[in-house]
Amino acid sequence: MAAPLLEVENLQVHFETEDGLVKAVDGISYTVDRGQTLGIVGESGSGKSVSSLTVMGLTRARNARISGTVRFDGKDLLGASEEDMRQVRGNDIAMIFQDPLSSLHPFYKVGAQIAEGVRAHKDVSKAQAWDRAVEMLSLVGIPEPRKRADAYPHEFSGGMRQRAMIAMALANDPKLLIADEPTTALDVTVQAQILELIERLQSEFDTAVVVITHDLGVVAEMADEIAVMYAGRIVEKAPTDTIFAAPEHPYTWGLLSSIPRLDAPRDEELVPIQGRPPSLINLPGGCSFHPRCPYVREAHKKVDPKLEPVPGAPGHQVACLLEANVRRKLWSELRTGVKPDAARSDVMEEEVPSS
Amino acid sequence: MAAYIARRLLWVGFLLFVISVITFVIFSVLPSGDPAVARAGRSPSPELVEVIRTQLGLDKSKPEQFIHYLGDLLPFVGGNGIYFGFSYQNNTDVLPEILERLPATVFLATGAVVLWLAIGIPVGMLSAVKTGTWMDRLAMGIALLFISAPVYFLGLVALILFSEDVGRFPILPGNSAYGEATSFAGKVEALIMPWCVLAAAFAAIYARFLRGNLIDTLQEDYIRTARAKGLSERRVIFRHGVRAAITPIVTLLGLDIGILLGGAILTETVFNIPGIGRYAYNAINLSDLPVIQGTVLFGAFFIVMMSLIVDILYAFIDPRVRY
Repeated sequence: MAAPLLEVENLQVHFETEDGLVKAVDGISYTVDRGQTLGIVGESGSGKSVSSLTVMGLTRARNARISGTVRFDGKDLLGASEEDMRQVRGNDIAMIFQDPLSSLHPFYKVGAQIAEGVRAHKDVSKAQAWDRAVEMLSLVGIPEPRKRADAYPHEFSGGMRQRAMIAMALANDPKLLIADEPTTALDVTVQAQILELIERLQSEFDTAVVVITHDLGVVAEMADEIAVMYAGRIVEKAPTDTIFAAPEHPYTWGLLSSIPRLDAPRDEELVPIQGRPPSLINLPGGCSFHPRCPYVREAHKKVDPKLEPVPGAPGHQVACLLEANVRRKLWSELRTGVKPDAARSDVMEEEVPSS
Repeated sequence: MAAYIARRLLWVGFLLFVISVITFVIFSVLPSGDPAVARAGRSPSPELVEVIRTQLGLDKSKPEQFIHYLGDLLPFVGGNGIYFGFSYQNNTDVLPEILERLPATVFLATGAVVLWLAIGIPVGMLSAVKTGTWMDRLAMGIALLFISAPVYFLGLVALILFSEDVGRFPILPGNSAYGEATSFAGKVEALIMPWCVLAAAFAAIYARFLRGNLIDTLQEDYIRTARAKGLSERRVIFRHGVRAAITPIVTLLGLDIGILLGGAILTETVFNIPGIGRYAYNAINLSDLPVIQGTVLFGAFFIVMMSLIVDILYAFIDPRVRY
């Protein structure tokens, strides 16, 4: 099998601040194959955006300490020069962002902004770049593309702006598209259209996609694989079907139970995850999820779990200190609608408090 | 757009009216020097002062005086065009006196504007891009110094250092040189020091303003997009950053030009440049009400017109603005 398109290994992004070292990304590894889609899911502050910006070489803060390796198409990106990275950005790897209005320059016409990206990488005339921009706008489903190319971002609707962003990102036919919360700022009705558009173009251009989101629902349809991030680390990674059918991490369970389901009984309550994400400066000892985990044991507050393969499930990895059989029993209770506390008392023996 | 401009012009007229009321109240209604006494010369007899008072119309009631003044001012009332009145002190019409002084003021202002833009904008940009470096700190430190130093202080220091007559390093024409200069080159030379002194504080303000704006702008999402497109850092900063950060400078510049065209009072006084500012300064000293009113109104006219021009320009600079 050929080497993966993107290979991130033990990536760490720490920020030195006056309050202490912020471990925004704390040793994550993942790979993305050509044409494949990886979903990275996590709450705000879990490090999902920082990790992808670092892949693009856009973590520019002077206080950032970056280590690990990022290989793209065989090239080492973390060690690459600024000029080499510039040639990768927008050409080999492109990115779209959460808020398409603030991500487009308010003073330049949409067509000009797309054409500018084309001319940054290809030696073409202005007119050719403009034609490419119009072609891309038509490809992303913008009606009257030649006329709309001549309009400013504020004259577009939210969904149209994100389409324009996608047109800009794909104008140079990149091998990898990173979509950072591509639908979060959009109306619900538009969200699905944008996701469909990304999927359609992905198969047309054979682009690999990394979708970053806090919403498992966004990646359910389109991702081949999902990585769940918590406090700067990947806590669970598995093929999409597995994540939904047989999740292993209590945090993933929490994410799944907090999504409303159409097939669930109407009176079923959603179960929110208790507590808040931890401070990335003073991470809780042991498993960083332990303060919020309904199934925590004393030992979990001391031992740091590693991301390890789940026995008998190829491609499924989890960082959890619960025994595999306990996890399975817990999930089988939870999926039938049992509340976390009840599941705990059903499945787990209570610990004897050590005097 | 046309409707907008028409509306704004009406507003300009109203503003000028309000300003003339305010200047009239300040200099004529509120107790100040008695113009009749000032006009009458040294130790005048009470009779003479009375005669002068009647001559100048100062014996009439204040509202009457104001209405009379307003009637003179309006171009289609009273049949005397735009009439600013005549100076109590030298019996000359105010408006021609102002217009005669306008070139000196315009020359002073133009040179200073060019100078402070040429210094302030590059310094501000450099400081923003190199935030936190010694260069940034040095530039902003010097800027703070110039902002804090008043023009009359800076002007006197400059004269003591460089003027031909009293300077320690006599390399530039000193005080009064502008009025005495006969050639264009001589006038330019005479203005070097005033230009620098006047531009110093403005350059400092503009540099700090642009620096702050550009630092904020470079944090914007669209700058991240520009980088993500793979544009060169130069292009990111100039085409995307500076283009957005410099827009508010237009507002600032418009108003500053308006203010200076009304006379750079301090600079013109320190360097004895025969411009509108010094004319106003002398008038204030002598309670020469028509001249004070004239110069204030003239200055106010420039300010409101410049702010109108700025607003119109904005429609062209920022595509989001529509009238």
